[in-house]
Parts: sequence; C-alpha cells; structure tokens
Amino acid sequence: MAAPAGSLKPPLWRDVRVLRVVGQVAFVIAVVVIFQQMYLNATFQLAERGRELSYDFLDSRAGFGVKEHFIAYSPNRSFWRVFWVAVTNAMVVTFAGIVLATILGVIIGIARLSPSWLLRKITQAYVEVIRNVPALVQIVFWYTVVILAIPRLKDSISVFDVALISNRGAAIPAIRGGEDFGMWSLGFLCAVVAAVFVWRWRSKVFDETGEPHYRFLWSSGVLVAVAGVAYILLGDPFSIETPEIGLRNLKGGTQVSPEFAGVLIGLVVYTAAFIAEIVRGSILAVSKGQKEAAEALGLTPGQQLRYVVLPQALRIALPSITNQYLNFWKNTSLGFFIAYPEIINITRTMINQAGHELEVFSLVVAIYLAVSLILSFLMNVLNRSVALKGGR
Amino acid sequence: MRSRWMRLVALLAVIALVGIACDRDTPEPVDTDNENTENGDAAQGGGLLDEVISRGAIRCGVNETVPGFGFTAGQGEPEGFDIDFCRAFAAAIIGDPEAIELVPIDADNRFIALQNGDYDVLVRNTTWTASRDGNEGVFFAHPNFYDGQAMMVRTGEFGSIEDMDGANICVTSGTTTELNLADYFGTLGLDFTPVTFAENPQLQRAFVRGRCDGWTSDRSQLAGIRSAWPDGEGGPDALEILDEVMSKEPLAPGVLDSEVALGDAINAVVNGLILAEELGVTSGNVGQMAGDPPSGPIASLLGAPVPDPAGGEAAAVDFGLGLPQDFMVQAISAVGNYGEIFAQHLGPNTPLGLERGINALWTNGGIQYAYPLR
Repeated sequence: MAAPAGSLKPPLWRDVRVLRVVGQVAFVIAVVVIFQQMYLNATFQLAERGRELSYDFLDSRAGFGVKEHFIAYSPNRSFWRVFWVAVTNAMVVTFAGIVLATILGVIIGIARLSPSWLLRKITQAYVEVIRNVPALVQIVFWYTVVILAIPRLKDSISVFDVALISNRGAAIPAIRGGEDFGMWSLGFLCAVVAAVFVWRWRSKVFDETGEPHYRFLWSSGVLVAVAGVAYILLGDPFSIETPEIGLRNLKGGTQVSPEFAGVLIGLVVYTAAFIAEIVRGSILAVSKGQKEAAEALGLTPGQQLRYVVLPQALRIALPSITNQYLNFWKNTSLGFFIAYPEIINITRTMINQAGHELEVFSLVVAIYLAVSLILSFLMNVLNRSVALKGGR
Repeated sequence: MRSRWMRLVALLAVIALVGIACDRDTPEPVDTDNENTENGDAAQGGGLLDEVISRGAIRCGVNETVPGFGFTAGQGEPEGFDIDFCRAFAAAIIGDPEAIELVPIDADNRFIALQNGDYDVLVRNTTWTASRDGNEGVFFAHPNFYDGQAMMVRTGEFGSIEDMDGANICVTSGTTTELNLADYFGTLGLDFTPVTFAENPQLQRAFVRGRCDGWTSDRSQLAGIRSAWPDGEGGPDALEILDEVMSKEPLAPGVLDSEVALGDAINAVVNGLILAEELGVTSGNVGQMAGDPPSGPIASLLGAPVPDPAGGEAAAVDFGLGLPQDFMVQAISAVGNYGEIFAQHLGPNTPLGLERGINALWTNGGIQYAYPLR
C-alpha cells in the first residue's frame, strides 16, 4: 500500500489542517495558563497577608441601612441579603426602563421618517444630541439640575389633587387591598375573561355580517360591569390611598424616589435615542414594495404602518434592540453617582465594612454577567418566535 | 467527521495535560513587583523602614478634601493636621520634613492601595477598628485625633437627633459612618432614610437643595465643611452641628501589619509629639532643651545624654527603633509638638475652630496620654 502521491504531501509544519489544530491547542493552553496564573497569584497574594478566598463573611450582619428596597430588608440582615437588595433595585430600574425606552424609541424612530419636516428635524436633533453625550453626564444632569430643582416637600406640586411631586420624591395614588381583595381579584379576572370573550364574539359578528362591531365599547362595558358588581357584592374590597405631604417625606400612595427617577429618566432618554435609530433603520430596510402594495390595497398611512411595515420592521430590529437592553442593565451602575442603591453603591459599602474586595468584586462580575445572559437568552427566545420560519 | 473527533480528543488531552502539569508542580506565582520581596525581608530586618531611609522619602497616603486635616487649596500641595504628621515622620526617619511624597487617596481605595504598596504610611483621618486591624491587615499607631460621628442640620430645624424621626440623612459611602447611623437611629427607635452618595461634592449639592434633613460624618469633617460653606447659601451660620456623639472614631496613622519596624517608628513619633507637649518642649525651645536638657524625661525624649546627678559620665537612651538618636528633635523642630500642630490647623484660631475637647492632654482633662519614651 505504498502511497504514490506521498511526495506531494506538504511537510507537517506547512499542512493547513495540522496548523489549524496546533493553533487552537496553543490558544487553549495559553488561556488555561493565564487564568491559572491569575488565580494562583490572587490566592498567593491573599495568603501573603494571612487571608484566604472565602465567602463566609456574606452570612454576617450587614449593619447599614438602605434607602429603598423592593424586598424586605433591615440593617440586621446579612450581607447576602443586602447584595440581593442591590440586585433587585438594579433589576426593577432595568425592567421599567426597557419598557419605557422601547415605547419612546419606537415613537421617535417612526417620527424620524415622518412626512412633517418639523417633526423630522426635532427628532433628529434629539437623537444626535442624546447619542453624543455620555450617559453619566445625562444622569447627573437629570438628577442635580432637574429633579433636585423641583420644589421642596412643603411646596410639593399637586397634580389634580391625586399625585404629588417634590424633590424628596413623587407619589401617585395606590390601591390598598382589604380583607376580600383576593376574592375581588378573582372577580376581576373573570371580568377580563368575559371581556375577551365578548371581543371575539363581536369580531366574529363583524366578519360574518359586516355590521359595526364596537368591540372596544362592548368589552370595556362588560369589564366595568362585572368588576363593579364584584366590588359592590364584596363591599369595598379595596380603597384608593391618595398621597399626602408628611413631615419629612411624602406619605402614602405609590412612591418614586428622586434617585430612582434620575436613573430611570436619564437612561430611558439615553437608550431611546439608540432604539430610535435602530427602528428607523429597520423601517427603511422593509422592502419598498410592501408599502406600495399596502397603498394599492387602499390602506391609510396609519394602517400601512401598523399592519404592514412595523410588524416586519420590528422583526428586523429585535436583535439590535437586545443589545440596547443589555446596555441598559449595565448602565444602571451609573446610579451609584446619584445615590441610587444599586449594585456598585451597595457593594462599595460592603467592601468597606467587611473587606474581601476580591470576593465582592467576583460577585459583582458574576451577577452582571448572569443577568445579561438571561436577558439575552429571553430575547433570543422571543426573536426565534417572531423570526420568519423556514428561512435561514 | 473523523477529523473533527480527532481534534476534540486532542483538545481534551491537552487541557487534561495542562491541568495535571499545573497541579503537580504548583508553580511559584509570577511575581515581579518588589513590594513582596520587601514583605519577605520585613521579618528579618527593617523592611519598609530601611527602604524609606535608603529611598530618602516617605510616601504618605493622605486626604486632600477635608479642610484642616488634609486639603488642597487651589494649586499646590495638600496641607493640614495629617500632612504635618507625615512631615514629622519624614523629619524623624530621614531628617528632612520635606522628604515626603503625598499620595492623595479616597476612602474606598486606601486599604487596597496600602496593600499594593502604593504608599508607605496611611495618614488619612482613618478610624481604627478591629476589622481594619484584622480584615484589612493594618497596624495602627497611637490615635492622633479622637473624633466622633455627629449630625449637621440647617440651623434651627432640629434641637437634637431625637427630633429627627423619619428624617432623610445624607451620608457618603465607603466609611464607618453608615453603620453608626443605622445603629444610633436603631437604638433610639427612630426611622430614617439614608441617602448614600459617592462623594462629598454631590452630597453637598443635594443637601443645599433640601434633599436631606441631616448630614452625618465625623465631627471634624463636618466642622471643616461648615467652615467652608458658601456665602451664597448663608455661610457657616446657616448650619449647626448637633451635640450628640453618635460613635467613637479614634483616627490613627497606620502601616501594613507586615511592616512592624516602620509601625513602631511612627508610633514613637506620635507618642513623642504628645509627650513633648506634656513636657513643655516646643518648636521654639527644642534646640536649647536638647543641648541642655532640664530633666531626665526630656533628655530621654530628645535623645540627649541623661544628666547623671552624681556627676558621672552621661549616656543617652537607645530605644532600638532603628531611628536616629535625635529623631524627636528633628520632628519637633519641623512641626512643633502635638498642641502646636492642633492649634495651627484645627484650633479656635482656625476656620474650623475646634476646641481641644477630649483631645486635650490627660493632665488637662482630655484623654491624650502618651507612652513614656525611655
């Protein structure tokens, strides 16, 4: 079995297939060695100071207060608890923020292509200014220049006597459930189901007979009627609590702190500018024939946008918007500068109380990474569900 | 298909090999910075102390944002109480009070920077606590200032902290302050909202706008901030510092645990400056007293031969600290004794206007009490 072509085979060091394997192996070795050295160096340095890598301190008492928390907390809870307080604080801003930024971004993205010259120019100016100023500058601006300049507590601005705004926070009325609130919620759920059912029925009638459907009127009427009957039957299952001006803070209602508002507004305005550009680009990417076909069918410009262009544009936009969501999550760390108790703010205090910089930093890295990965996983699932099937 | 398998197997084999290799010989970590070799030497010799002497300069980690203690006014070097202690260390160890290198450092990074060897001595209004001794590995010298946490409010708004139920309290992160705040309000059974800022300037802006009812920090810091309160906001009289002491804050200079020789040296200087005040040795008379010491303790402090009442040959005491014989003469002539330093930077005739209070000598009703230099 002598190989007659043997002399044509290149030597090993010039064989592309061999070189590829060798290159990859060398890369893996380099990565493993670098990380191993970093780990050994860190543990060696700690040992030199008589310390070792340990996360046990997380179970000891934190001891410091936190301004706002969406999970229960007191200074007597552990460092673990206060870390989760920080994470939930950052998450709440993120989830509220990406919803608002998406709405604002889509509206501005559409307005960028509006037939109105004024609207086009205003939104263009917005996008150009916002995109080119650092997020930190904007957050500090919103907080110090705008929010802190709102009148003080005793001169709070009252909006129609239901909402209050001051530089110690803003508050809107809150629903406070009574004893039978659970029962009523069940009733409300029934009302929603009934409303959906009525909506479908009216749509069917419209499709079959062509008589006006009035489905919005019908459904909302059913919703209010069922929920109202439940309310009367249960006898005041909940009450509306309107906020009032307290001695040092607003009292009652659902409150938003100035710091939360600063981070939220700053990042929503910032991120919306990027989303607007993505949306604009995606609308332009929808083939022109689609719009022309819609026009030929006699759809109004609004209908063209809503039923033909936007559904296709948002499908194109989704992967890029995911990036903006991830940026939003990471940018919450800037809240640190305006006293919002997010991850950096809290862990800074943790490090100062307990030491263990390396351990705390590793936690910070891990949580930013984990939430980013989960967020991008969820967005990928969403993307896959709306992407064109069968394509590649 | 086969080649992909081969590649995978090769990859796994290599990873396994590397893992085994690294496991076997647990290589000496790559370590090129000289701080660690110094740390190693510290056990045998003077370590960092020797290095400071041969370098001819001492590097102090200082604050430059607290008036009176360490503050940079406009351009130029920081000045203040803590800076003068750094100069005293330089005078004592090297013989030249200007042989200093000031490393401005913020509260967060002070310990990491000390551990990294970015500077030699921490003189930065730092509270001595057990966990800083232990967790951060700092060796603290005798406290040069006994401070305490206090509360600053707009004049006339509150009579005492007990009136502050539900108040918003501005505080900077990265200090022991946040813990004391929670403990103090918790003990009184009062509710409060901490508004935690990264730095004082942002906090001040929020406080000016009425975001907070109170501002808590060490009394010395608050006095400094109040003294520099802008006239547009009503000047210092617009604010008052409540009488309550919310915590004990002994501020002390420190070095790394491994640098015992340097730690002993700066401890001797701090004690020596306090003792000098007690014995009446000032920057004005130190030269004369060193030449002709009026008493045994003064002679011993200044490294002069202690006069023998019987008229025999006088001999000087050697403390064995690795310092020059006349180190306290150098330190006192450079910056004066403890009382002089205090009066110059913090006392009633300065913008801070702090009384000596518990920082008075033990002979005057305070708690400043130095070990004997003998």
